[in-house]
Amino acid sequence: MKYLSEYRDPELVEQYVTELHKTVTRPWTIMEVCGGQTHSLVKNGILNMLPEAVQMVHGPGCPVCVTPLHLIDKAVYLAEKKGVILCSFGDMLRVPGSKRSLLEAKANGADVRILYSPLEAVKLAQAHPDREIVFFAVGFETTAPANALSVLHAHRLGLKNYSILASHVLVPPAIEAVINDKEAKIEGFLAAGHVCTIMGIDEYYPIADKYDVPVVVTGFEPVDLLQGILMTVRQLEQGKHFLDNQYSRVVKPEGNPEARRVIEQVFKVTDREWRGIGMIPMSGYEVRKEFADYDANVKFNVHIEKVAENIECIAGQVLKGIKKPHECPQFGKKCTPQTPLGAPMVSSEGACAAYYHFAKAMEEEIIF
Amino acid sequence: MCLAIPGRIKSIENQYDGLVRMAKVQFGGIVKEASLEMVPQAKEGDYVLVHVGVAISVVDEAEAQKTFQYLAEIGELDDLVDSSQIDRY
Ligand code: SF4
Repeated sequence: MKYLSEYRDPELVEQYVTELHKTVTRPWTIMEVCGGQTHSLVKNGILNMLPEAVQMVHGPGCPVCVTPLHLIDKAVYLAEKKGVILCSFGDMLRVPGSKRSLLEAKANGADVRILYSPLEAVKLAQAHPDREIVFFAVGFETTAPANALSVLHAHRLGLKNYSILASHVLVPPAIEAVINDKEAKIEGFLAAGHVCTIMGIDEYYPIADKYDVPVVVTGFEPVDLLQGILMTVRQLEQGKHFLDNQYSRVVKPEGNPEARRVIEQVFKVTDREWRGIGMIPMSGYEVRKEFADYDANVKFNVHIEKVAENIECIAGQVLKGIKKPHECPQFGKKCTPQTPLGAPMVSSEGACAAYYHFAKAMEEEIIF
Repeated sequence: MCLAIPGRIKSIENQYDGLVRMAKVQFGGIVKEASLEMVPQAKEGDYVLVHVGVAISVVDEAEAQKTFQYLAEIGELDDLVDSSQIDRY
């Protein structure tokens, strides 16, 4: 673990922190939606530099955390099916299912593989025509083009043994769900820079307008985050609420049209269940009918019963910014990264894991 | 897994009967393959942000180097390293 002073730009960091202290006159609660930003805020010790009046709460932007339990069970079921190779990103393997995780299925002999990219899964399908390759395709908008491309590649190659189990979620409806939750009191949002690199920023104007909240598109490095927070606090202090873009050096207002075209070609927007949060209308992607041959849901037509979540885990409240991870009675006790009770303790982007690793690294001196 | 990592395009080749532009992208000491389908304007020597094997935008060199150095310093390049040790097929 390094301290921030060892990073580049310590002067800039100092400047923003000083400016924030000067600007803030009353308490404000701001949510960073993206789990990557949560990780960066915690790991770089930024939470501890902020004025006490500025409370950061952590949002639902961790794809591993919001993938519903019954989909994990479905992935485990498919992994254990004869002839299937189940692939996904590393973080997905350790998420507890209702009976076991993919990693435990692997230990029991299922062919489960960690891949860096869904495009590698297509190559795997090419190399193993006698096996069924299923890619557990989780992610937000940033990951959707890659997952969509894998379907297009398989289609171009005429592969019959490739499909994706899609668990794709979208940021703007999640922000609205958080705003509409009576318990969550969020006054400003940092929107995720990499999501907007793909989607552009237009979707966020109506949110800032309709709900009178500042929304600032923000990068994930310490200086970006501090600047994004400062831009949000300035709006709040001035009673303003508009969409602003801190990360304009990467995020173009129109996003990446090529990427959006590919997403549009393969996926359509649908209602999605979010683990810990519940159903959010029009908040995710499913594979279009035209590509049903590549949709593992259609191809394998498995029905997996929904099972109740572990009642000791308050992930839903953590993901909506109502509670912070250390306020969970199980945090660091029954629930650790080695023995996770819920998904936010698994993924590096999960708020619980971020708090846990940081507390350990700082030898628990830290007060959140 | 939501990270996008900047790297430099070393070479470009057309795959799948010339339909798909793929690149070898250099991330520090590691070279990985990435699709250039989302960045049709990208050419050899350009810096691109790569997310799970797909380049999602072209960035300037200074931005790329700053970000890469930051990710390396805080140990966020495991995604790249791990995948070089995955079960090979
Ligand atoms: S600390 Fe563990 S049990 Fe508590 S909310 Fe986080 S993941 Fe769930």
